[in-house]
Amino acid sequence: MLCDVCKCNEATVFLTQILEGKMQKVNLCDACSKEKGVQDPTGFALADLLLGIGAAEEIEKGAPSQKCPVCGFTQADFKKTGRLGCSGCYVTFAEGLGSLLKAMHKGTEHVGKLPQRAHREIELGDRMRALTEDLEKAVADENYESAAALRDKIKQLAHEKAI
Amino acid sequence: MKFENVMATGGEWLRGEGPHHQIVISSRVRLARNLRQRAFPGWAKKAERTQILELIKPRVEELTEMQDSFSELLQDLSALEKQVLVERHLISREHAAKSVGSAVIMNRRQTLSIMVNEEDHLRMQSIRSGLQLKSAFKLVDKVDSTLEGKLDFAYDARLGYLTACPTNVGTGMRASAMLHLPGLVLSEMINQVIQAVNKIGLAVRGLYGEGTEAMGNLFQISNQTTLGEKEDEIVSRLSKVIETIIEKEHDARQMLIQKKSNTLWDQIGRAYGVLTFAHAMTSKEALNLLSIIKLGVDLGAFPEDRRLPIDELFIDTQPAHLQKSSQQKLNAEERDHLRAQIIRERLRVFPKPDISKVARESENGSTPEPQNNE
Ligand SMILES: [Zn+2]
Ligand SMILES: [Zn+2]
Repeated sequence: MLCDVCKCNEATVFLTQILEGKMQKVNLCDACSKEKGVQDPTGFALADLLLGIGAAEEIEKGAPSQKCPVCGFTQADFKKTGRLGCSGCYVTFAEGLGSLLKAMHKGTEHVGKLPQRAHREIELGDRMRALTEDLEKAVADENYESAAALRDKIKQLAHEKAI
Repeated sequence: MKFENVMATGGEWLRGEGPHHQIVISSRVRLARNLRQRAFPGWAKKAERTQILELIKPRVEELTEMQDSFSELLQDLSALEKQVLVERHLISREHAAKSVGSAVIMNRRQTLSIMVNEEDHLRMQSIRSGLQLKSAFKLVDKVDSTLEGKLDFAYDARLGYLTACPTNVGTGMRASAMLHLPGLVLSEMINQVIQAVNKIGLAVRGLYGEGTEAMGNLFQISNQTTLGEKEDEIVSRLSKVIETIIEKEHDARQMLIQKKSNTLWDQIGRAYGVLTFAHAMTSKEALNLLSIIKLGVDLGAFPEDRRLPIDELFIDTQPAHLQKSSQQKLNAEERDHLRAQIIRERLRVFPKPDISKVARESENGSTPEPQNNE
């Protein structure tokens, strides 16, 4: 049985609590049980824990009825498995995933290795954004000469990007 | 390379020659990678999974690191063979449950093993003896850099490598070490250490048991998060923490020798007695007793050249290894008998524990002084 919080590790801690006549059950892995402080049975309320589990719920908030256009995955599938359908799901469910990743990890942005070609793509993307901004400004200023030059540059960059 | 060769040549990490190998059994670094715009293995239909496998497998096999490799489709391995690979930490339990559309490729030295279509399209793992997280990372990082030129890996400029489970996103890296900590367990300081390590965002868990129960006093320590920290930072942070744990384990052993020697010699003597004469033994009991004998070798109560046979028994007495070497399927009772028999045979040439050889450090430093009787 998988942990209800991270949905990745085997659950090793099984909790049952009767709250207002309703029985609640939570299965946790070792790491999550420690993180949630369930080691100390007096200092923890199962209700809070259940509220905190919101992984799948977070995703639903972000995309109430969304389906990944790449792989057809839905938030209901995530709720079931705790895994995503494809790399495109990170874009599809970006909004909901944001807070989930924040709760799970040390930071919210990757600072480590990327594939070599990624550096080129990122650099081209940055240059494209800068040129587009300049173009908008030139158009707003009715500076048509430099706007035309910028358009040429953008066209060339788009061509470079496509290679 | 055939499966029989994998069985016959114990992996490099099993020989235990790396730095700090008395306490750190092995170091592992695993990277998770996926192909862009393709369904992850758990979501892909069989046809797509097979397609992805056919894209990846030849690229992995042609790596210079994979010359003369063992490469097998999971459906072509028997349940027992898969289990043997799990017991050697060459594939995961989850991967052993896979069949059509998954594969494993590993090098001859068994320092590099690549799972195709486990939870992610690629799980690349390097495993080394002793505390060698840095060199384990270096190897798997090099393989990753070669493969990224041939395969279109999924990544995001902000989130890094994209993985099936959000807990792995970013570096996709899990670095871990397997530690043998009988001193901290016997001196009842292990929980303190585990709590301290958990507080700084690293995970510790018993290797075979569940939760805090650790069979054979074996513990695995690993990074818990993968987003927001560089690979080499994670590796060096983990290495530093492990070095501290090694010191603590060393201190605990000295404390036991100096203050609880009766308990210590009793444990070693009993372990020796039971292992030498028992005719039935569960895997759990074997691991726990072998751990104490291993401690005895570390402390000098047994000669150093007895180390390898003990280390080998940790793996050879695991259920699948027992059955594979005896060429037949055995029930639990038969396994317990065979396990005890193998251990008795290997310990037949084992001398009795000699506690007068135990190196005792003086309170203030590391100069050994002769051991008085307890
Ligand atoms: Zn968990
Ligand atoms: Zn998707």
